Amino acid sequence: MTAPVPTAGAPRTAAAPETLLASEDMPPQSQITREIRDLHAATDAREAAGEPVPATLRDFAPYRSSILRHPTKNPRLVDPETIELLSPAFGQRDVARIESDLTLQHRGEPQGERITVEGRLLDSWGRPIANELVEVWQANAAGRYIHQRDQHPAPLDPHFTGAGRTVTDDQGRWKFTTIKPGPYPWKNHVNAWRPAHIHFSIFGSGFTQRIVTQMYFPGDPLFALDPIYNSIHRQRDRDALIATYDHDLTVPEFSMGYRWDIVVDGPDATWFEQDGEH
Amino acid sequence: MAATPPPAWGPRTLEPSAGQTVGPFFAFGLDYAKKHEVAFPHSPGAIVLGGTVYDGAGAPVPDAVVEIWGADSDGTIPRARGSRRRDDHTFTGFGRAFTDDDGRWELWTRNPGAARGKAPFFAALLFARGLPDKLHTRIYLPEDTEALAADRLLASLEPEERDTLIATRLADGGLRHDIRIQGDRETVFITF
Ligand SMILES: [Fe+2]
Repeated sequence: MTAPVPTAGAPRTAAAPETLLASEDMPPQSQITREIRDLHAATDAREAAGEPVPATLRDFAPYRSSILRHPTKNPRLVDPETIELLSPAFGQRDVARIESDLTLQHRGEPQGERITVEGRLLDSWGRPIANELVEVWQANAAGRYIHQRDQHPAPLDPHFTGAGRTVTDDQGRWKFTTIKPGPYPWKNHVNAWRPAHIHFSIFGSGFTQRIVTQMYFPGDPLFALDPIYNSIHRQRDRDALIATYDHDLTVPEFSMGYRWDIVVDGPDATWFEQDGEH
Repeated sequence: MAATPPPAWGPRTLEPSAGQTVGPFFAFGLDYAKKHEVAFPHSPGAIVLGGTVYDGAGAPVPDAVVEIWGADSDGTIPRARGSRRRDDHTFTGFGRAFTDDDGRWELWTRNPGAARGKAPFFAALLFARGLPDKLHTRIYLPEDTEALAADRLLASLEPEERDTLIATRLADGGLRHDIRIQGDRETVFITF
């Protein structure tokens, strides 16, 4: 897939967002799978030749909506300045404790498999990052989002919204109680299904560390077929987004337990606190 | 990575988690009341910062998230909590806006002050459906031409690239800043 030719002149009228969700060509899964395999091989070769390649490929045509939504130039490497080295301050005042339990937001119990997901927010040296905001959102057990643009004809659950948030404790720990989301269809290609996932939005101790990512569940048969998951080109980086089932976190007669640690990268304020100067 | 950690720390022991697209259905997960009110609307010094996000075909992007993080008007970095639960007077420096059906986003904020004579800017982040990972950029204030000329990032750019990082001051005191993800006048994005 070659990059599209940018059109000059006046910006176009906006299309209705719903109409943008289907790709223009709707290829079969076999073609998408082949494109993924070819791009991974090409990226491996670039890396083997010494080119630094980011973990997630923004130019990843098997994910059709990325074709017009990735920059054609590499991001410029800059020294972060003060504001970029710090993050907004969050604390308990920003988030109520109950907001980390997605099963308690309505009068009744949501349908599905009750789970807990917990882990730590760490920097690249394995040090915990305290007091940072973690936001999550997900589909219900049937694979349906409460979002109005979700057209999947699976049932909504009146007892499940699917959004939660928490602030990490002094050990960098966070924990959510929720239900296991279902896989859901989308219109990237014919018979396209997303593996079950929970969206995560995370603040590190520096703005440079901020990430939005997705957590997956072990053993999902859709991994090899999904262009979004595979926009991460290294197997080990993809594996790192899969939570681990941990029987010790499973609560008898109540919930299945999953563990997943989040690691953020980049220079952070602690360098400057610890090393004087600046 | 531009900066170098202190040698005593030794090598990094963990690989960072890879980013993924924010997807199409982020609105109910990332929304909260007054998310775009970094400064209380119409309070002294409050301005509207806004613009449109465009894709590579020049079409507005109606499902993007823009986040800004900036110093207060005296140049100090806000350390107050409460970005996610506004009290209508504390300036926390952080805000979030979703683009509307016309690709337009806007926030109420303050003009960041200069840090040690440097050109003031907002740190900005872009997420969107179809964008596989976050994009960092900067939004510089247009006024201090001397400081802008001395800025290391801006000085390293071609003039037309430089223009993509400097906001336009409007007659009402607000700032307009469009973000073009791809193509003609593509916004300069940064990494650290
Ligand atoms: Fe999703």
